[in-house]
Amino acid sequence: MTPVEIEALRLSLEVAALATAVSLPLAVAVAYTLARVRFPGHAAVNALVHMPLVLPPVVVGYFLLLLFGTRGPIGHWLDATFGFRLIFTTQGAALASAVMSFPLMVRAIRLALDAVDPGLEQAARTLGAAPWDTFRSVTLPLMLPGVLSGAVVAFAASLGEFGATITFVSNIEGETRTLPLAIFTATQTPDGDAVAARLVAIAFALAVAMLVLAEWLARRVERAIGR
Amino acid sequence: MAPGSRLEVEVRRRQGAFDLDVAFASEGSVTALFGPSGAGKSSIANAIAGIARPDAGRIVIDGTPYFDSSRGVDVPAHRRGIGYVFQDARLFPHLTVEENLRFGLERARGRGAYAPFDAVVSLLAIGPLLARKPRGLSGGERQRVALGRALLGQPRLLVLDEPLASLDAGHRGEILPYLTSLRDAYSVPMVYVSHTIDEVVRLATHVVLVAQGRVVASGPVHEIFSRADLRMHTGRRFEASSIVDAVVVAHRPQWHLTEVKLGAATISVPAIDAPPGTRLRLRIRAREVALAHSEPLDTSIGGRLPGRVAEIVPRDGPYAEVGVDVGGASVWALVTRQSVERMQLSVGMPIWCLIKTVALDNRLVSPLPPS
Repeated sequence: MTPVEIEALRLSLEVAALATAVSLPLAVAVAYTLARVRFPGHAAVNALVHMPLVLPPVVVGYFLLLLFGTRGPIGHWLDATFGFRLIFTTQGAALASAVMSFPLMVRAIRLALDAVDPGLEQAARTLGAAPWDTFRSVTLPLMLPGVLSGAVVAFAASLGEFGATITFVSNIEGETRTLPLAIFTATQTPDGDAVAARLVAIAFALAVAMLVLAEWLARRVERAIGR
Repeated sequence: MAPGSRLEVEVRRRQGAFDLDVAFASEGSVTALFGPSGAGKSSIANAIAGIARPDAGRIVIDGTPYFDSSRGVDVPAHRRGIGYVFQDARLFPHLTVEENLRFGLERARGRGAYAPFDAVVSLLAIGPLLARKPRGLSGGERQRVALGRALLGQPRLLVLDEPLASLDAGHRGEILPYLTSLRDAYSVPMVYVSHTIDEVVRLATHVVLVAQGRVVASGPVHEIFSRADLRMHTGRRFEASSIVDAVVVAHRPQWHLTEVKLGAATISVPAIDAPPGTRLRLRIRAREVALAHSEPLDTSIGGRLPGRVAEIVPRDGPYAEVGVDVGGASVWALVTRQSVERMQLSVGMPIWCLIKTVALDNRLVSPLPPS
């Protein structure tokens, strides 16, 4: 592989890992709240979480630009307070990926959570476990397969994120040019066909590796929690 | 905790069309909530344990309020120290049997530990299961582990919601003795929810009859199950029984029989493994009891109790129940109204109660709960 290809692959993995790591705890919290807590505005939160799934990715990128751009309310505050910019950076690419894959992650986790018998949580309470203790020692281990599959799905989706990323953080080599953006760039370059084909082969190999890993993880966890 | 712990319960709860409004107090070591399915028994149990909140009411155990809507008291379930054995065991599938058992034990710090791990494991004979996951256990094994888990939480009260209902008849018989020995070994007060008369009679000291969201009657077991006016709640026609206390007098090993003193008389029951002096509870089905004006010496019937007619209650169809005072205990006989007429029975008349020894099988004879 050429240095450019290695750089695109490394950047893709970094962005996807960062996006997954940051959004996972939040997705667990949101899924748990949506599944177990009744509150006013439940439907609105649920709709908001699922927005990126139905909006064109470019529109999501546009909103990110509005909010996190240097003149956007959050972006400006981050810049002024910490000197931290998301726009045109790897962290920004990770944010775009995280937002786009968030609904997939929440759905997978919530599905697993719905399969956890609330009766087991009641049993834990009668055995002296406080709510947080109950979540940590009963609910979380039992929903772990869903958390893992949510993470894998989000990671894979992040590897393929294109529209929101290019809109929000542009296409900067070594900073935001992940595999899909690199493939797109190659197809726009004269004589780039060979490069595009090799990048596509890498993307393909990566996808297969992800599938195998996901399957192996799922089986191990299922066994560990006694299903 | 001493076996005379006092439980005061007042629960009001509306759930759709179902309206629960009950109040009772009990001093017994095992309080049974007895009634048909859908009567509201489980809702009461859940309110006591704190896993369902009543609209209004009070839950007081030995003077300590755990819920009191008028004073804004509502202790969360995990701080009540009330153990719960669910009908469906609810073992944690991701933990081994041992980890399940230790779940409550590890969280019971601060409360006096009266049930040590090894003792509970051996009492319930679950030692060989410790390393296994719940998935492969039989229904009976699961329920024993669930019992142990709840007990190891060192509860100040143990609530059991139909713990045998999901088991088949064979396993039910397997678990009952464990419940009895658990009751007698640790004297932890229990609330036992059931719709099965056998379980209640064998385990309970106090019974609360629940029907359609209301308490119909509440009192000592032998009193409630012997009251003719409660028959429609305690078992119709063929289930009607007397609950009487008896004391082991002697064993007759050559006949496989045990003699017990019942009221003023002595009768034989199939051999039971208990030393003389042991107090027993007998359940005598009314349909197994016949009446005679004089002692019939030329019959096979071994149980012959002299007494006096105390009550005659006509029933529907051809039946009548006759209550006989046999010297401190009361025994019911289910006979036909025709027999009542023919024998010209009247209250106060001397009479002999006849009980076939073979009718008093082991399932109907159980050690008396601590009073």
